[in-house]
Amino acid sequence: MDKLLLLGDEAIAQGAVDAGISGVFAYPGTPSTEITEYIQASKEAKERHIASQWSSNEKTAMETAIGMSYAGKRALVCMKHVGLNVAADAFINSAITGAHGGLVVVSADDPSMHSSQNEQDSRFYGKFAQIPVLEPSNQQEAYDMTRYAFDLSEKFGTPVLFRITTRLSHSRSGVKRGEMHPQNELSLPSDLKQFILLPSIARKQYDVLLGKQAAFQEESEKSGYNKLIPGKDKSMGIVACGIAYNYLMENYQGEEIPYPVLKIGQYPVSRRLVREFYDQVDSVLMLEEGYPVLEELFRGILDEGKPVKGRMDGTIPRSGELNPNIVGKALGKEIAEGYPVPSVLRGRPPLLCDGCPHWDSFGALNEAMKDYGPGRVLSDIGCYTLSALEPLNSINSCVDMGASITMAVGAAEAGLVPAVAVIGDSTFTHSGMTGLLDAVNRNVPVTVVLLDNSTTGMTGGQDSAGLGKLESIIKGIGVDEKHIRIIKPLRRLHDENVKVFKEELAYEGVSVIIPRRECVQTLARRMKLKHAKKKETKESVNN
Amino acid sequence: MKKDIILGGVGGQGILTIATVIGMAALSEGLQLKQSEVHGMSQRGGDVQSNLRISSDPIASDLIPEGKADMILAVEPLESLRYFNMLNRETGWLITSINPFKNIPDYPPLEEVLAEITKLPRYITIDADRIAQTQGSVKAANIVVLGAASPFIGLKYESLENAVRQLFGKKGEEIVNLNLQALKAGRDFAEENR
Ligand code: SF4
Repeated sequence: MDKLLLLGDEAIAQGAVDAGISGVFAYPGTPSTEITEYIQASKEAKERHIASQWSSNEKTAMETAIGMSYAGKRALVCMKHVGLNVAADAFINSAITGAHGGLVVVSADDPSMHSSQNEQDSRFYGKFAQIPVLEPSNQQEAYDMTRYAFDLSEKFGTPVLFRITTRLSHSRSGVKRGEMHPQNELSLPSDLKQFILLPSIARKQYDVLLGKQAAFQEESEKSGYNKLIPGKDKSMGIVACGIAYNYLMENYQGEEIPYPVLKIGQYPVSRRLVREFYDQVDSVLMLEEGYPVLEELFRGILDEGKPVKGRMDGTIPRSGELNPNIVGKALGKEIAEGYPVPSVLRGRPPLLCDGCPHWDSFGALNEAMKDYGPGRVLSDIGCYTLSALEPLNSINSCVDMGASITMAVGAAEAGLVPAVAVIGDSTFTHSGMTGLLDAVNRNVPVTVVLLDNSTTGMTGGQDSAGLGKLESIIKGIGVDEKHIRIIKPLRRLHDENVKVFKEELAYEGVSVIIPRRECVQTLARRMKLKHAKKKETKESVNN
Repeated sequence: MKKDIILGGVGGQGILTIATVIGMAALSEGLQLKQSEVHGMSQRGGDVQSNLRISSDPIASDLIPEGKADMILAVEPLESLRYFNMLNRETGWLITSINPFKNIPDYPPLEEVLAEITKLPRYITIDADRIAQTQGSVKAANIVVLGAASPFIGLKYESLENAVRQLFGKKGEEIVNLNLQALKAGRDFAEENR
């Protein structure tokens, strides 16, 4: 079979399809989005009736996947690292219920925060849940490991966490496919109480999980994704986790690496391999992307063992993704230098698209807020977060998905009047709705600006779960109908819109203003498609 | 054979199209490939960059090491400066369009930008917008720049042509030809001005 040219994300998606999944459950988030998009576009996935619609958030995605696993079929869950926080409740408990059909959770970490608010390392979550973690070093491994992950999950009846980082997610390379695994038949767990986490059962299940730990470690030793590669120079040994291995290899083009290397792709890390490695070297260099997870373990709490170099002593910068240069420097290699970057260079920060409805929404909001002074707009996560920058300078916070409304409620209860929350339609259904219910129950004066562009714009225009349902949701939550105001964010309606904002800002209760106009990107895409369809039908009529 | 190329530009300028064309051409010649791209936030009119590595031997890293790039291929002059630190001092070529994309208030004077580029030992600066226009559409400016880079990429010119045919094939004969002409015009310019 020919090699496919795939992003790391796509390699995982293809691997999952070939592993016989029956569903992928996800909420879009960079750098994980392309996994689900690939499955949605896959003909094979369609033929196999693989469920692939976006979930409302990562928690519902995780829970739906647990349900599919309960019914005996293989399920994939995908999210970005901060999404795992949202799914954490279900995720941790899935380790206790265990899996029936294979259950694999992909968490895409974003070191260097290319498009995220933190760098958190999902490997900690794997350890926290006490389940196996897999971490590929390249696209081919991403494909192979995904298949292996489902086998592993079913072999031990456990969910498996699959950790990748941005660079692998969004880099493509040739990938060789393997055979397709058939989908599982529908079946129920042999123990029908397994998924009931009542304390008495949960305690039993927890013991089962603890009992599997030795086997997880044993499996790590055999898996082949953990390897001790011998080296002659024992003055140093190198531990390379996941993608760090490819930066290490880059520094030894074609040459043999003189030092022993412990390549790690599966956790919990094999104690035997670590012992064998540690005993033969005088010092250790730790290469891992994200937090110094293994480095801390190697150092121990007192740090009195052999010298360990890594993020904690500054050999590797404490934050940010790795690259060949950082690794080369840590190896003491001479680093080639390019030309100095000229000082006339200027930064070019991202900006809302030309014609984006948010320009007009914030234009009107900014003007209405003039009467009140700055510092009163709590925002959320989406394209509109860019309004924090020049020239709009509209918003004052961005903490996590859904935090705008709840923060506004807190600020209002602290006495900040008016307190404005800005949230997008997709983020609202992700985790804003519950916050709105809090606001209604507390009846605090908050003005919620629900920017409805009918899509998840930030990640490239995925379907938004609340499409066509927003007013009824808001009404259902209990917002007074008189204070649900729909406006059209357009330049020519500016004055009208400012008036609406002003009226609702003055209202001492919960109001929701919905500026509604489609994202220009998805609109353009839709128009193009429509045009193409029209042309097609015209041609077929003519023929 | 090994070429490490940094592609630079502004979101929406078509650098991923360039990457795809080079990638397809490289694959057709049986070469290995790694290409990392930008997604998400950075696409909204911000700077975008892609690392493209092609080689006859296996490629380890998805990222090109500093000072090792054989080429900076930029579709915008200011963006070409951003990756100077990546360029190999002994062998590196810089190929860029001279047409500024001004979506920031402090865009420096174009002469100053170009002055930095012309200090380099190996560069091609090309008025890609104008050349693309004469071929029928300014949209093909990215392909013009690719054409200007083509003598230095180490791939057969026919491979690039075939890749353009393959990639734009769905859009019809007219678009294919326009892009082939744009590619050729860029190449001719580079051959005359190298
Ligand atoms: S992608 Fe859509 S929502 Fe996002 S900035 Fe562009 S137009 Fe606005």
